[in-house]
Amino acid sequence: MSVSTRAVPPLNAGDEAGSPDLPERQSLVAGIDVGGTFTDLVLFDAGKREVRLAKTPTTLDNQAFGVLNALHSAGADLAALDLIVHGTTTTTNAVLERNLCKTGLVTTQGFRDVLELGRRTRPHAYGMKGHFVPVIPRNLRLEVPERFDADGCELVPLDEEALRAALKALLDQGCEALVIHFLHAYANPAHEIRAGEIAAEVWPNENITLGHALLSESREFERGVTAAINASVQPLLRRYVERLADQLAQEGFRHDVLVMNGNGGMVSARRVAIEAAKTVMSGPASGVMAAATTGRRAGIPDLLTYDMGGTSTDVALIRNAEPAVSNEIEIEYAMPIHVPMVDVRTVGAGGGSIARVTEAGLLQVGPESAGSTPGPICYGRGGVRPTISDANLLLGRMNPEKLNSVSGEVSLADIEAIFAEKLGVPLGVDAIEAAAAVLRIANTRMADAVRMVSVSLGEDPRDFALFAFGGAGPLHATAIARELGVPRVLVPARPGITNALGCVVADLRHDFVNTVNKPLEVLDIETVHALFDQQSAEGRALIGKENVRIDELKEIRSVDMQFIGQTHLLRVPLETARPSLEDLQRLFEDAYFSRFHVELPEIKASLVNVNTSVVGRREEIDLSLLIDPHGRKASLEEARTGMRRVWFDGFRETPVYWRDHLPLDAEIEGPAIVEQMDTTIVIEPGDRGVQDGDGNIIITLAANAWGDDA
Amino acid sequence: MSLDPITLSVIQSGLQQVCDEMDLSFSRAAFSPVIAEANDRSDGIYSAEDGSLIAQGAGGLPVFVGTMQASTRTLIAMIAEGRVPAPVPGDIYIVNDPYLGGTHLMDVRFAMPFYRDGEIFCWLSNTGHWPDTGGAVPGGFSASATSVEQEGLRLPPVRLFKKGVLDQEIYSIICSNIRVSEQRIGDVKAQAAALLVGEKRLGRILDRYGDDVVRDAIAELRRRAAEQMRANIRLIPDGVYHSRAYVDSDGVVDEPLEIRLAITARDGELSFDFSGSSKPCMGPMNSVLATTLSSVYLAMRHIFPDVPISAGAFEPLKVKTPQGTFLDAHYPRPVSGCAAEVSQRIAEAVFAALVEALPDRVTAAPAGSSGNFALGGHDPDRNRDFVMYQISGGGYGGNSDHDGLSNGCSTIGISKAPPVEIMEQQFPVLYHRYALREGSGGAGKHRGGFGLDYEIELRRGHATASFVMDHGRFGPQGALGGKDGTPNTVTVYQDGKAIVPAHLSKAQDIPLKPGDRVRVGTPGGGGYGDPLERDPEAVAQDVRLGRYTVGEARDLFAVVLLPDGTVSVAPTAGLREQASRAASYGATAV
Repeated sequence: MSVSTRAVPPLNAGDEAGSPDLPERQSLVAGIDVGGTFTDLVLFDAGKREVRLAKTPTTLDNQAFGVLNALHSAGADLAALDLIVHGTTTTTNAVLERNLCKTGLVTTQGFRDVLELGRRTRPHAYGMKGHFVPVIPRNLRLEVPERFDADGCELVPLDEEALRAALKALLDQGCEALVIHFLHAYANPAHEIRAGEIAAEVWPNENITLGHALLSESREFERGVTAAINASVQPLLRRYVERLADQLAQEGFRHDVLVMNGNGGMVSARRVAIEAAKTVMSGPASGVMAAATTGRRAGIPDLLTYDMGGTSTDVALIRNAEPAVSNEIEIEYAMPIHVPMVDVRTVGAGGGSIARVTEAGLLQVGPESAGSTPGPICYGRGGVRPTISDANLLLGRMNPEKLNSVSGEVSLADIEAIFAEKLGVPLGVDAIEAAAAVLRIANTRMADAVRMVSVSLGEDPRDFALFAFGGAGPLHATAIARELGVPRVLVPARPGITNALGCVVADLRHDFVNTVNKPLEVLDIETVHALFDQQSAEGRALIGKENVRIDELKEIRSVDMQFIGQTHLLRVPLETARPSLEDLQRLFEDAYFSRFHVELPEIKASLVNVNTSVVGRREEIDLSLLIDPHGRKASLEEARTGMRRVWFDGFRETPVYWRDHLPLDAEIEGPAIVEQMDTTIVIEPGDRGVQDGDGNIIITLAANAWGDDA
Repeated sequence: MSLDPITLSVIQSGLQQVCDEMDLSFSRAAFSPVIAEANDRSDGIYSAEDGSLIAQGAGGLPVFVGTMQASTRTLIAMIAEGRVPAPVPGDIYIVNDPYLGGTHLMDVRFAMPFYRDGEIFCWLSNTGHWPDTGGAVPGGFSASATSVEQEGLRLPPVRLFKKGVLDQEIYSIICSNIRVSEQRIGDVKAQAAALLVGEKRLGRILDRYGDDVVRDAIAELRRRAAEQMRANIRLIPDGVYHSRAYVDSDGVVDEPLEIRLAITARDGELSFDFSGSSKPCMGPMNSVLATTLSSVYLAMRHIFPDVPISAGAFEPLKVKTPQGTFLDAHYPRPVSGCAAEVSQRIAEAVFAALVEALPDRVTAAPAGSSGNFALGGHDPDRNRDFVMYQISGGGYGGNSDHDGLSNGCSTIGISKAPPVEIMEQQFPVLYHRYALREGSGGAGKHRGGFGLDYEIELRRGHATASFVMDHGRFGPQGALGGKDGTPNTVTVYQDGKAIVPAHLSKAQDIPLKPGDRVRVGTPGGGGYGDPLERDPEAVAQDVRLGRYTVGEARDLFAVVLLPDGTVSVAPTAGLREQASRAASYGATAV
């Protein structure tokens, strides 16, 4: 296979160097994350040593209103702000709801249906009722004569006249964005580049995506869908960030807005739309970035993140403060976005997961979910089926007194009656035992799912700490850790605004992948060295263009390798940009053995991809400010707000503490409940929570569920 | 027995987890792309007494749903009868004999006893599809074999690992009889390592809950799975349901093979009777009993996907051994087509029989072929021999919720087809098209999904083309008034001529020269419900998207379109009325 040594292609024009007014220190920084329900803001003032938080409703039609509301609500002086980092779900929602811009595709003759045919799959292994809507409808997918073979040799020249006719037809149909996607363009992009030039002459805007530009790897369906998603959200994102930047400027903001990408890095709003597809999974990614930073500062750099909210539960793996990244994320059935993104896996439905008794008389929790409407019974929005959240209330894990402030219409007795009727009767237990069973099953299933994520990434979960966030994560984390055999749980200071915090602590980041695909026997190692140099230079150049102060420039290198004849790849981290062939062989064999416990001296190895991530680290943010130091009490006793009955294999009178009042060096013996604005933390009997200097609570488990320490 | 349902659920989840981890480990470490990419493998836990299925990985290939227990059961019986040496800890058996609870020779099974306190507590087994096990053609899918010896190396159960050590003597016999043997060591080690992963995880579960509790839980879970399946079956009104399905030919004798199925639903049980189906055939389209049973099970699981895979779920499904038919083949009948094709016809027969009783759950017939096209030859530029497989999907049947999916995976598989770009990188071929096969979806209120239309040219060297496909004679059946999907087509273009294989969907070793082309149209799915009831706007949309022509809209759906593509309302109503009147007089609709 040919070695691809493309330069970063000229995706779009308008990419000027950054403006010169870079402040000495960026001391007033706002991170703003737009979630499904709330827009969260974290405002760091390094000068005053102060943090302000805000939570305002998300404005779905134009997320910019919510962003401005959040800034106002935190009392931010926009003229004094040095930096705004923004995580948006504009593109995520557009893709999941197929609320996309009208986009046209020009592709190689004979191949317009690739985007619709996929890879011959079905949504579920069992059940023959599949359904799929392609990103671009068939009438907007046009073909032109042109063809390269797999070695990049031209077989059919690009028919420029046919191309012009196709462009006109797409414009006549009202297309706003355009994808040019040719077979084997990863091997030779000449036709795509030429077609891009011609399109630029006639297309009335900048919304042109070339297939090879985002992803220069073979596999026409995955590359094509990635490009199609990019194009079809590009105009939306472009309009959104322009409008946001305008509004912020009107209110006095003088700098660049930076936007979060799915790789956990951020990029200037001026440039973000060029690779709009990279923002699609940015929300979950920024939460994981916050976890990585928090863990690094806490001296716990190996983490499994457990983000449980009302409607979904996400899991990711962080090793040595670096989140695992995947190039092969599928955001839903047959919708791959193959650009490097933080590998966040949705493993369950969250607090709204519904419990039921099956025809076999077994208790099952999920996969059905009450979602946010009607939601759990306790929401008081008409939900009548028992959920995990309701079980937490019945068992006193969540504060039952809060029930009335949430709903008003539903009482604890109502919930108890439903649990008794729907679960208790068929299981032969009372409502409380049924609720306890719901938690037990839910925690077991969640632990299994977390374990599969860990194992599929080649890691033993017991080597990690569980980082619990999201509204419901800290309620379940110790139980899940116990099931997993994970020894420690880290609950950060503000579990409910982790994504916004991720915006504040995120780095600048650019990822590069080049495909080499050569057995080591015939590989010229100079090629690899040259690729590392080229990737590094491109990354440094891109980071140099951003108006952001960098403390440290870091390059993370790896190669993807396999034994000849295999199809799966194994990522091998490298310490150097100058590995020798012997290094590669040895490192790969070591990595393979530690992953699979298999040695294969009989078979030769092959190098497939060369990867570099260039990371610009920003100034360190002082996380200890997340909980106002002045609010802390002198003793644990003073932080106690009361006692309540909480179920731990039977009800126990349990002390309840207010998180913001805990003394910084607090040590809490379970059983205990720690409440705060955005979550509730359960510390089970025998477990012990210790607060560290940043205000994280680190819970050490007394024992795991397996009764061993293996 | 007083196990509470909570502990039961937890143990059920734990056993499932063991199997899922075995599946994962096997796929990730395997070499064979059929295993690593296509997940053509399965892992599970089986009882010590009779090999009945305790738990099986959720990601296993559907066709193995029932064969793994048959295979393990046969092995246990053979050990008890002294026909196979008894194991000691660390032993792993290998077997691929189709007649001993298998499928075709390429599906190689490993089985390892799991010990507690020196006694066998249960068995851990897995199956993986090896790319080659010898025989007349690379890959094993001979369309014209007339005995199993032509299909490849047949291994009785032998201990490939003894006390944890690979038996090099047995392994060398295997390697001397298969193609590309140097890479098989990777699959052998991956397959064994998966069993060891299972051994470790299962041991931890037993340590935690206790052997007796887990043993009781297994028995109780089995009982409850049977109950759950019975509860589902009661949705089917008691009665007898008939259907037929046809395999184009056996590849040797050009006659269709008929599957006749009568399903009796009574009191929460289903009896499957295949009496009257065709006799065992000369060519490789015979099915061994284990595969026939498994095909029935997987079809029922497609209908009731919520019932966990376990021996209990199969209990209420009584299959009368189809003695004397091609669905109960014995040595030395060739069987390479049973897992990929005959199994899907059996599933289709089950769907066709039950769709009227369960119209919300069962779909019209899916394309139901693995679409195997093998091209073997020599590439002079790279100076090497090659074997290329193009597998392909087809349209799914329309159903109560939706139109059928286009280019869906085979009914018995879950594997992705390789990208065109990868195929062209690896083999001296050029694809001229890879397209939706227009017009192929069977007409219906919810139409069938569309098949695939691809065309491949040999660029250099020489090669021979072989096809093991199906549904070339008859398209996938429509249901509840829906029309059949378009049949499969194969055409070879050479020397200015278009050649159609005599057996339509099956052929072996057609020689190709550079410039020769092969074009394949895969079947569309069957339509669901009366096409006259299809929303005219949906028909107009399909025409706008180029899926049907204006003429097809009129002829198949009685929808008249204006030149701008919109529905011409009054003429459509008139045409539909006329068509439905004609239909009620017994004439053909439209």
